[in-house]
Amino acid sequence: MHDNTAAAAIEAPVRLAPRSDGRAFDAERCRAAARQIRRNVLKMTLGAGPLGSHAGGALSMVEILSVLYLDVLRYDVKNPLWEQRDRFILSKGHGAPSFYAALVLAGFLEESELATFKSNETRLYGHPAMNPDLGIEFSSGSLGQGLSLGVGSALALKARSNDTSRVFVLVGDGECNEGSVWEAAMSAAHYGLSNLVAIVDRNGMQYDGFTEPVMNTGDLAGKWRSFGWTVLEIDGHDVNAVHEALTTAADVGKPLAIVARTIRGKGVSFMENARAWHHSRLTQAMFDQAMAEQDEAELAASKKS
Amino acid sequence: MIAYTKANTRTWSMLGSSGAFGVAAMELPEVDSSVAILTADLAFFSGLDRFKAKFPERLYNIGIAEQNMLGVAAGMAKEGHVVFATTYATFASARACDQVRVNMGHMHADIKLVGLAAGMSVGILGATHMSIEDVAIMRAIPNITILCPADCTATVKATLAAAQHKGPVYLRLSGVQNNPTVYHGDFEFTIGKANRLREGGDIAIIATGTMVFAALEAAKILDEQQIACTVIDMHTIKPLDEAAVKETLGAKLLVTIEEHNVRGGLGGAVAECLAPLRQKPPQLVLGMADSFNDPADYPYLLEKNGLTPKQLAASILARYEEVK
Repeated sequence: MHDNTAAAAIEAPVRLAPRSDGRAFDAERCRAAARQIRRNVLKMTLGAGPLGSHAGGALSMVEILSVLYLDVLRYDVKNPLWEQRDRFILSKGHGAPSFYAALVLAGFLEESELATFKSNETRLYGHPAMNPDLGIEFSSGSLGQGLSLGVGSALALKARSNDTSRVFVLVGDGECNEGSVWEAAMSAAHYGLSNLVAIVDRNGMQYDGFTEPVMNTGDLAGKWRSFGWTVLEIDGHDVNAVHEALTTAADVGKPLAIVARTIRGKGVSFMENARAWHHSRLTQAMFDQAMAEQDEAELAASKKS
Repeated sequence: MIAYTKANTRTWSMLGSSGAFGVAAMELPEVDSSVAILTADLAFFSGLDRFKAKFPERLYNIGIAEQNMLGVAAGMAKEGHVVFATTYATFASARACDQVRVNMGHMHADIKLVGLAAGMSVGILGATHMSIEDVAIMRAIPNITILCPADCTATVKATLAAAQHKGPVYLRLSGVQNNPTVYHGDFEFTIGKANRLREGGDIAIIATGTMVFAALEAAKILDEQQIACTVIDMHTIKPLDEAAVKETLGAKLLVTIEEHNVRGGLGGAVAECLAPLRQKPPQLVLGMADSFNDPADYPYLLEKNGLTPKQLAASILARYEEVK
């Protein structure tokens, strides 16, 4: 599963400094964080009642978020607009439940606030709305727009010689149907935005089903490469691979695309690769089963270690 | 520093609205040191060749990709830049509409979106290039200030005012080279405050963009027939100067004129302002008919849409005879 051939093809990859506290990468801590995100996504989905959630696409990006927020992104909860922060943009806005759960891990949100997800007057809408206090850089939900925002952010950082901050944009593979993604991809390479990273959550599904029959994405990694990006292909559920990719520098003067192969609904048996779980609701029985599966996963992990 | 001399206003008029924008652009780094200009492969058409030569690090050509341009502009604006972005008015408003809506409308990205060749000036290029509905689109999106300067001097003023204005702006540029001149020197341009250019008690004409000059000419024709017209330059269509509109309530006829579809533009904005009032004059909405024009040159299209001063005067007179 752990396929890092593309990464290996780059000779002696430059290692980027991890987060500012210099702590070594802790894979087990990331896995535990991922389990916590999954549990919170399930709780939010149950709590939203008949409104349900985009749980499938949220669960495919859990490891990516846990590694990002625990071990890669530079941020300061007390100073959300800190100039030296890394910018994270969730372009696939429907991944909001996982995003909010990750913001709890980061300290931008109290865990108790997750219970307000999708309720009236909440700050946690179905798609994220720009809110500096919560560490949400931009509003998203209308697909295909986040990478352009990332290009603009990265250009501005370069213009003022901020060589510290990086810009991470998480896009969906279904989202890559949008032409504006490729407009942005072309411009990022044109302007040599080596401070920009696009992570493609390649879960292979979109609203109407599997991506290939809906709109054949073809050789996604090849597409990014042909647009002038350095490309890594990884198993997006392997925290070690995710961490390695996120701390790899792209070739000089190139943006970095990480095509992370994932499973939509990952970690909940009845959601995995299930078309219905683009967006759906949880019954109490389904929730209980899903939570039990998380307990089993945790037990299995503890036995392994 | 820009000097609003008679000679300069004449030069700017010769350059046309894009050229005048280019003149003002040269001043922008003085107005705000963070200024960046983005264009969708229209640096030359936007009058930005001199800007590009003098400030190459401030000009970003995004290629023929208007949607991406709006997103890149929003990203840069969020990082503290005052960002101008230029393209044809129709692509700015319609092609990139969702990006305008989410970035400028919802997120208040501090973008000054410049819509070039609005209206019919490039009519010979066809329906794809004529922008007849950009004001309607922009008006329907919350939080966007809409500026529509009357001539090239006003274009210079509006560009500089937009740079100093906090928040998203749509700057609608229209007309051709040798644009007729309304303002022959310096004048007060305050966003949201209309300029009364002529006083008359019988008819009030509220015009915007290129139609301000046409309205003044039409008023002269009507004056020869002892019909006195007030003429107002409504250079800010949103937020509308409602006080200025309501100052016209004593007129026997209110006329709005715009180089835009009669649906959803200045006429609509004025009508919405007056609709709740019990006492108001009837309103004659003049502009482009709610249809696509066959391609033709600018003078031909103005005439076809009844927007030459003579035709305007005739339309206004006909309605005035009915309602006076």
